[in-house]
Parts: sequence; structure tokens; C-alpha cells
Amino acid sequence: MSAAPQKAKAGAEKIAVTVSAVVPLNDLVTRFEFKRTDGAEFPPFSAGAHTVVEMQDGDRTRLNPYSLMSDPADRSIYAISVRRDDQGRGGSLFMHQKVKVGDAMTLTYPVNLFSLDLRAKKHVFFAGGIGITPFKAMIAQLEQSNGNWELHYACRTPALGTYADELTNAYPNKVHVYYDDQNQVIPLEDLLDGQPLGTHVYVCGPTGMIDWVHATAAAHGWPSENVHSEEFLAPQPGKPFEVRLCQSDITIQVGEHESLLEAMERCGVDAPFLCRGGACGQCETDVVEAEGDFVHRDHWLDDEDHASGKKIMPCVSRFVGKTLVLDR
Amino acid sequence: MTIQFNNETFRDDYSFRNSDWAIKRFPFPFHEDSYMYSVNMEQHRGGPEGSVYEKRFDVDEHYLSEMQDRAIVLAEDPLRCQSLPHMTLAGWDTLELIMVSKSEDYPELFELHRDGNRWRWVNKPMKIDHTFTFLDETTLPCGPLEYITRQTQGDFAVLDQRDEMLWMDAGMVTTQADWSLDFDIGMNFFEWHAPVPLAHEMGIFKRALKFLLNVQQGAPARRLNWTMTVNPLLDTSPENYHKWGIQKTTLTPENIGAKQHLRVELQTFFRLPRSNALLFPIRCYLIAFQDIVTVPKWGRRLHRVVRDLPEELATYKGFIANRPVMLDYLSQYDDGLPTSPGVWPDLETEPPLAK
Amino acid sequence: MSKFQFPESIASRPVYGTLEPRPGKAHLMIADAEGAEAILELASQDAALMAKTHIIYIPKGTDFSEKLRALKPAQFYEGPSYDASVQRIQKVLGDAHMGLQVYLAGTEGLMGQAMNEAVSAGIPASAIQTEHRGSVARRMQCVHCKGITEDVVTDPFVCSHCGLNLFVRDHYSRRLAAFQGVCIDAEDPGNVPEPVELYK
Repeated sequence: MSAAPQKAKAGAEKIAVTVSAVVPLNDLVTRFEFKRTDGAEFPPFSAGAHTVVEMQDGDRTRLNPYSLMSDPADRSIYAISVRRDDQGRGGSLFMHQKVKVGDAMTLTYPVNLFSLDLRAKKHVFFAGGIGITPFKAMIAQLEQSNGNWELHYACRTPALGTYADELTNAYPNKVHVYYDDQNQVIPLEDLLDGQPLGTHVYVCGPTGMIDWVHATAAAHGWPSENVHSEEFLAPQPGKPFEVRLCQSDITIQVGEHESLLEAMERCGVDAPFLCRGGACGQCETDVVEAEGDFVHRDHWLDDEDHASGKKIMPCVSRFVGKTLVLDR
Repeated sequence: MTIQFNNETFRDDYSFRNSDWAIKRFPFPFHEDSYMYSVNMEQHRGGPEGSVYEKRFDVDEHYLSEMQDRAIVLAEDPLRCQSLPHMTLAGWDTLELIMVSKSEDYPELFELHRDGNRWRWVNKPMKIDHTFTFLDETTLPCGPLEYITRQTQGDFAVLDQRDEMLWMDAGMVTTQADWSLDFDIGMNFFEWHAPVPLAHEMGIFKRALKFLLNVQQGAPARRLNWTMTVNPLLDTSPENYHKWGIQKTTLTPENIGAKQHLRVELQTFFRLPRSNALLFPIRCYLIAFQDIVTVPKWGRRLHRVVRDLPEELATYKGFIANRPVMLDYLSQYDDGLPTSPGVWPDLETEPPLAK
Repeated sequence: MSKFQFPESIASRPVYGTLEPRPGKAHLMIADAEGAEAILELASQDAALMAKTHIIYIPKGTDFSEKLRALKPAQFYEGPSYDASVQRIQKVLGDAHMGLQVYLAGTEGLMGQAMNEAVSAGIPASAIQTEHRGSVARRMQCVHCKGITEDVVTDPFVCSHCGLNLFVRDHYSRRLAAFQGVCIDAEDPGNVPEPVELYK
């Protein structure tokens, strides 16, 4: 139709914000609250949504996704909780060490890859560690609509139990916390057994926990549609490699500590993305030519795609070898 | 500009007419002299001033009469508006999106005053001034989706998003191109498109689905679709096909210019923020052949498109039997001159008819 | 009886498979007529299955009941018609827990209606197994009057409610458990072709 052709920019729409509160919760986790710089209300969001936080770290732009954990009904703030990762790529350290109240930052509009199934007769949440954040928003949303939910939350120690006390106090009959240092384990098999038809379970936490919930549920005859999970992968460092981008007609170098997507962006290529964590599928890129091995780390492509050598998700996956040419 | 609302009918005596203003802003769907399916999506962020693309929800001279026609359809068949139980939140999302958009885009026609969840909605053309509590169904006369779409032109499908799929789980459908919400409700994207020929094999729906799953909040999209309708009948429903189907046989060389209408759907797509559902408004615009051919470029092009359309598509769009009489008429307005690219009328630059 | 191979069709038309045992501590099997054969074959694949199984069976004039009973399912119910069995099916689903495996076998009408109950109870359609056996008759909805005509075997057919002559489409609604019937002579009243047996 071309009524007014406008090329979509990569990523979701952006919102200029000011840091309104920095609240350390324990040794590892700090909450950051944001107000809109223009004073307006934030867009409403659905529980489970994330925002991509743009960090200006010197001349480097970092883009990290974090679950929105504030109450979706409160349009005056957006809040995220960030776990410090001393071995990570530096985004969480930047948030913890550099970000102060009053700083100007940029968030994207909410994107939801982990939404509630509103048909569910009951919602059962399994959280591990910082995986509690999306459930904070889900609980707030379900409380407003009288939803039927319960939370099972595994933490390392009471001192690191982010929001554990707050949630337990607010919903003593619905929140169950399990502490590793007291040898408490989520009784998953018992919990999966006996749930009414139409129950949906949601899991957010370490990879091992997500796999455990999926596998146990499948073994108990649960349909895969009733088991939801979200895991953002952080790109892992790896050997530098060279990539030819044939549409853009340039050859770029991917450094040890940057992702292929980040390298493309650094070189001015407007590559599509949403989650930057291997989950949403937006950055899927066709491989034109490859001589070497792919290091696929995404959750988007299936095994067949991975084996085909015809596609790559540049947000988390890498390449080791002689030649890589991409259709970008 | 102030819109002068027509008093007209889309049934019985068919007094529907397009003004010169409406003809010039008609969303002509063919950007070149031929047509084939494509995903043809673009961002829905305004368009040229006065065009149907300018506002998020276009309001035109047919507004009041279309709402009157919708009320008649719903009185006869309440199943045209349905919402599965889990879609109520998406209904509120829809109400919020439309009320906010219309009050911002047409402040002289619509007002929204919000004090927390206490909302006052003023629809001046329809003489509605209603105060209600947002997210409380008991404060509206009907469900939120039905309430707001009784006041908004176009059909509405509300699509739930689950398991990397879209599900038609709610809608208001009274101006449809021959599909039934009552039959299709609950279907997934591929199922409700199942009767469409060729496009599945072409991979159109796979690509369209991938695009739509990724339509994000704050970044709506749009595309056009089209078909043909004899008489300006908005409610070409399967439910009533046994009543209106016969009208397709009434075309003659004498009446075709007035009776045969090109029917264009402006389809838009909005991510709904609270429910994460996708709102799919399908706005129907009708134009008589005799009005299209007043734009020389459109007359030339429509003839070529109708002439060269594959048989399966002409059958699916329901005009295979009428194609010969349509071509006899349209060929009078095709002098063989080239046409300028794009959909716009280009009245100043395109030559007048040379025959 | 050999299984009927439905011709390839549009995306909304259900595709049936072959029942296979799945993990789970409770199993619900609903079948009519020759659907019993699919259950007999299923039972032969897993000796432990029947002790965890509730069978709801509508014979429709066939004589498979004794063979099914001989499988010694945990519960067995023989119903005179689907309609007579619906309340029982709803009660069983209402009491069931996640992990219940549902197996449907027999005619399209039976499978479609029972699937609708299971989906309403909270089991996704894709997790419900189906196997077609027996009659290829269709359950049709008249798109005009909304009435359902059961066991349609010809195209076109006459709507048992409003009397319109309808042609048989492959467009299928899971929610209605019915195919769509549309007036065949709307554009040429009275011109109704001779009915032809389906799939002939």
C-alpha cells in the first residue's frame, strides 16, 4: 500500500526515563525504579513482560533485558531488580556501580515473551533466585482479578531471599519458600500431582531448574502447552571471529566479549532484535556461506535448524571457523 | 475539518453514497496494474493529512449510519459479537485504546476524562455521555468490547497470543467479507484462514503470523485487503448469504456502475498492553465503480487488475460469474496509457481518459 | 475394519492419528461403534494401561462391548447415546487432575464433541489423542440457522432444522464440533444438484 512507508527501527519503541530510586535488597540484588522524563504515565504492561535497558557505559552501549517487576496497575513507575554478576559481561555491574538516582536512561516499551495464560483455572509459579522478578508482576496482576495462584520459591539463604519475606507476609497461604542452606527442596512431583485440569505452571530460574520442571511435568503426563518458562541467556564470551554481511556489504570483526548482534550494531548495521537473549526469534539471520562450526545457544531455532547450518541467532550464538557470510 | 455525517442505509434502498471528499481519500488497494497476495505490512503511524491512514481509528462521513447498521445486525443476531471468558481484559484494552486514540485524534468529537479508574466518555456524534469504572463490567451496559465497538467503525477480531500462535477468541463482526465469527471463534490463525486459496501454499500465512506475533506495543501495523460486493451491503455475512447471495445476479450493463462496489479492508494490528492480545480491526470502505472511474488512474488500473486476476482468486472473492460484465464496463475507462506507481489518485499529474 | 484415509484438505479440518499409550496415572477413553477396535489395539500395546483406565463407550448397534469389558478397565460405562453420556463425561473431567490422558476413537461427531468437553475442562486440543474408525458421516452446522444436523452422508443435504439445501464444507469448528454447511442455491434458487455420497 505504501501510504507512508517508514522502515521499522530495530528493537521496541523507546522511552526516556530518569532513575527515581536505587534500593539495595541484599548483597546481590538491587531494585531500580524509573519515572518517565516527560512526566507522563508509562504505558500499561502485561505481567511477565520485560524491558531492554540501554546503558551508556563510556562509549559503549549496553542493552540488557530485565523483567518488569513493578505492579502493572501502577503507571507512575517501572521497576526492575538486578542481580549483580561479577563474572558477567558487565551490564549488571554497571547497574550496581554506576547508576544513581537522577540518571537519565532509556528503556524500551514492554515486550512480553512470558505471559500468563488467562484461560488457566489455576497458576502455579516456580521461581529460583532472581527468577522471582516476573512473578512479582504476575502476582500483582492476578490479585487484582482475583486469580487463583500459588508460588514456590527456591532461594540460596534467607539473607539472599529477594522479596521472600515481603511476599510471605502479604500472602502467607499462597507463598512457599525453600532455602538451599536448610536443605529445603521444592516437592515438585507432589505439587504436579493433584492439580486440577486447566492448571498452568510457570518457571523462571536457572537452566537446570527450568529443565527439571519441564521434564518432570512431561513425565507426569502434563501437556507442554501448560508449562511455561522464560530464561534470558546472556551472550557468552568466545574467540573473536570475522563475519561478512552481504546485504550491508561489509566485513566485521566480533570481539571476544561482544555478541555478533552487538558487533553488527557497533558497525552501524540496523539488525532486528527484541529480547537479546535467544528467545524471541526477531534477530534470526540466514547463513549464506559457512566454513566452520556454529556455537548455537538460543532457545528459538529447533535442533534441525541448528544442524542445518542455514540459520543463526546473532544475539547469543557464535561461530568458530574460517568463513561466515550472513544475509544481513 | 468538520465531518458532515451522512444519513444513509446499507440495506433495502441502499442510499449509501460517497462524497467527493470520500472518493478522493478512498483507500485504493492496488499499487500497480496487477494483484497477487503478499504480506504487504507497513507501520501504522499516521499518513498524509486527510487520508484514511492519518488517524489510529479513522472516522468519516459514514460513521453514524454504519453504527446504525451495526445496531440493526446485532438486534437480529447477537452472536455477531462474542468474547470467550478469558478475553474480558483484552476487551478493556480495546476500549482503552480506542477511547484514548479517538479523544486525542478527534478532540472535537470525542472526550475522555480519567480520574483514576473513574472514566467519563463523551461521544458527541452519537450523543453519549457515560461515566463508568474502568475494569468493572457492572458499570457498562454490555461487555467492554461490545460497548466500544458499537461506537467504532469496522469489524474487530481480538486475538489471544499463546504457544507462538494467535487465536481468534473474541470479536465484533458485522461488516465482514463472508466469514462467520460465531463459527470461527476459538480457531487459530491457520484454521480461520483455511478457506483462503493459494495463500497457504505460497507461505503467506506463515510469514504473516511470524510478523504479527512480533507486533509490539507502541508499534502498530497495517495492510489492505479487498473484494467485490454488489450493492453497498456492509453485512455480507455467511449467516445471511441465502438472503443476499441473489443480489449478485442482478448486475446489468446499465446498473453496474452504480451497483458494483469495490470493497476494501484497512486492516490494522495493535498489541494490547494489559492482556498481551493482538487487536485486529478490519475497517471496510465501499466505493461504486462509477465513482472509482472518476479518478482516471484508478479506472485504468482496476480494469487491468480485474482482467488479469487468477481464476481461483476471482472465485474466492465471489465475482467469477460477474467478471465479464465488470470487464465490459471497466474497459471503457482503460485507454491503455501507463499508470503512475503507488495507490494515490494523482489527479493533477495523470492524464485524463483518452477515449 | 480398515481405517478410512481422508483426502488431504484445508487447515481447519481435523486430522486423526493412531492412539498410543502415554505416561500418566489416569486415562480416559471415549469411543463409539468401531472406535472400540482402536481401544482394543491400544490396550494390546501396554498391559498395565487398563488398570488405570476409565472407558466410556457408545456401541451404536455394534457388539464390541464384551471385548472392551474383557480388558478389565478400572471403570467401564456403556451409554445408549452420546447425549446420554455427556453429564458423566463432564463429571469425570471435572474431578480429574492434570496428567489425565484422553483418548478418543470412532466417528468424527463423537470425537469432536468429546474433545470439546475435554478442552473446556482445560486440556489443550493438541494433547488429546484421536483415531477415526467406522462411519465417515459428518456432524454439520447450518451457518444460517445454526442448527446441527447429525450423521450427514451426502453433499448437498437438507438442514434438519430450517430446510435449506446446504453444501458440505471442510471448514471445521472445534468449539461447535461441526463442519460448516452453506446454502447451495442462494444465487440460483431451486437449482440444487443431486446429492452425492461423501468421498465418492
